[in-house]
Amino acid sequence: MDSLLRTERIPHIWCPGCGIGTVFSAVISAIKNTGWDPNSIAMVSGIGCSGRMSVYVDFNTMHTTHGRALAFATGLKMARPDMRVLVVMGDGDALAIGGNHFIHAARRNIGLTAIVINNSIYGMTGGQYSPATPAGTIASTAVYGTIEQPFSPCDLAAAAGASFVARSTVYHAVELDHLIERAMCKEGFALVEAVSYCHTTLGRLNRVGTAVDMMRALKEKGITQEAAAKLSPDERADKIVRGVLVDRDIPEYTAEYQKLIDRVQAAIA
Amino acid sequence: MNGDEACCEGALSAGCRFFAGYPITPATEIAESMSRRLPQLGGIFIQMEDEIASMAAILGASWGGVKSMTSTSGPGFSLMMENIGLGICTETPCVVCNVQRAGPSTGLPTSVGQGDVMQARWGSHGHYEIIVLAPASPQQMFDMTIRAFNLSEYYRLPVLILADEVVGHMNERVIIPREDEIEIINRRKPSVAREDYLPYEADTDGIAPMANCGDGYRIHVTGLTHDDRGYPAMNAAAQEQMIARLVDKIRNNREKIISTKNLYLDDAEIVVVSYGISARSAMQAVRNARDEGIKAGLIVLETIWPFPEELIRSVAPGAKAMIMAEINGGQLVLELERCACGACPVSLVSNFGGAIIHPNLILNAISKAAKGSI
Repeated sequence: MDSLLRTERIPHIWCPGCGIGTVFSAVISAIKNTGWDPNSIAMVSGIGCSGRMSVYVDFNTMHTTHGRALAFATGLKMARPDMRVLVVMGDGDALAIGGNHFIHAARRNIGLTAIVINNSIYGMTGGQYSPATPAGTIASTAVYGTIEQPFSPCDLAAAAGASFVARSTVYHAVELDHLIERAMCKEGFALVEAVSYCHTTLGRLNRVGTAVDMMRALKEKGITQEAAAKLSPDERADKIVRGVLVDRDIPEYTAEYQKLIDRVQAAIA
Repeated sequence: MNGDEACCEGALSAGCRFFAGYPITPATEIAESMSRRLPQLGGIFIQMEDEIASMAAILGASWGGVKSMTSTSGPGFSLMMENIGLGICTETPCVVCNVQRAGPSTGLPTSVGQGDVMQARWGSHGHYEIIVLAPASPQQMFDMTIRAFNLSEYYRLPVLILADEVVGHMNERVIIPREDEIEIINRRKPSVAREDYLPYEADTDGIAPMANCGDGYRIHVTGLTHDDRGYPAMNAAAQEQMIARLVDKIRNNREKIISTKNLYLDDAEIVVVSYGISARSAMQAVRNARDEGIKAGLIVLETIWPFPEELIRSVAPGAKAMIMAEINGGQLVLELERCACGACPVSLVSNFGGAIIHPNLILNAISKAAKGSI
């Protein structure tokens, strides 16, 4: 797998015990399985710990501005539909500042693989709350506890029109690997929410324990859709529902635009 | 055709095949023209969800190897600033046309302004150099858009076109040369193999050859301060080296970039300096002044930035006075004053926006200056 990495950039910047490492590993495994030519792969990333992934992989990589990775990737994919474009973001990057671009990339169903590593916090900047942080959580900008309700990126992407939406956790690494591979091979906008944790900020501020404790919590809370169906809404409230949530065949944006070009050029001819 | 349409045609003639934009008066017609024309040529148009996304998308398309452009007006220009900075730092060729309207804020959406001059220079955070062109007619919208693309490809940065509502919406004849008569410059590609290629190692002219996505070089592009390999380098020494190179590649090539049209300068005592639609008013005023026997001259700024310091420094000592005409509260006049450096008095003819400057206002200023009462 080293051949897919920029090994001269290792050691990476992530904390020991961080779940991002697992997502990184899953991405590399998935790409190795596809056998795709690295020259045909682009990784566009946002700002934050998750966004740092792009420098470690040996593809065409672009580390862009906070929240704008999907917009940048839209331009790249439109100009180069032949490239396979992955977009790696954190929850703050994708859902707060990037929320608008997230909605429209999903709405257009443009052929991007979006990986949102959701640790429910802004880790890089020291633990501020994000649109994914549960109400009542202590954060560096919510020392009295947050009063905001979070929302689900999966629900948002599904409602906006994405053709593929899946979720797993960094505990369920093998499943994550498979879901990412499926997402990458899916035509259209494919979202994988990789639920993680930040023991360094949120964990410490809320005294939830070590990285291992937080990983164990993902194991306990991460349930299949079948298991979730058997629970009452109250029991389901703090669970993390894993698996493929949406998988539908909808026209992909760059293909539709190519049809438009063909139509226009045929009319001129 | 009108200036906006001419801008679109110029871009297409320059090889632009990607446009991402958002509707905004008085630039909307550029987007509309692009949406109609690009598919005809096999190019791509996309209306993004906002101007921030538009600027991001054109950077992405450029890294995909496609010449790209966006257009906007003041409020959208403000939104684009962060990503313009990303384009500068990553050295991404692209063109941004701001058809200025009266600001600040929502202002007068359908009326002329020239108030974004300093913003075009310094609107993004941090220190950098930028190239800004100022068309004064639909013909120049066509010609200068081609030049903007050529400059952006050669110097590897976003090049800004500062038009204004009048130039954008006025209808004039535009001569479109034959394809083989138009000079097109494309970004320099690496000539070495991947193992020997450093993405941000400059050639002797300060510009690094650019490898696009899929070319086989698999480089890293980041807005973080980076070294020659393109990797983040978080220290003052790397900052010094990187910024110096970004700045020098423009500063050291000023002579080739700066473009002015100088009229009646040889014996001019009163020199008017202007740009965009105001230059048209100034041209009329200077001609009228000459008819009245006043030795007036005109410098039309075709590039606003870099500012033609050397020209002003050489003209000011021999002038009785210099006059800037611009539709704002006095922005480029500050550069004129700085460069004239007290060698002659400098005055301003302006309004805050909403109307072009009547040539007679400039003529009055010329007459007063000629009489010594600036």
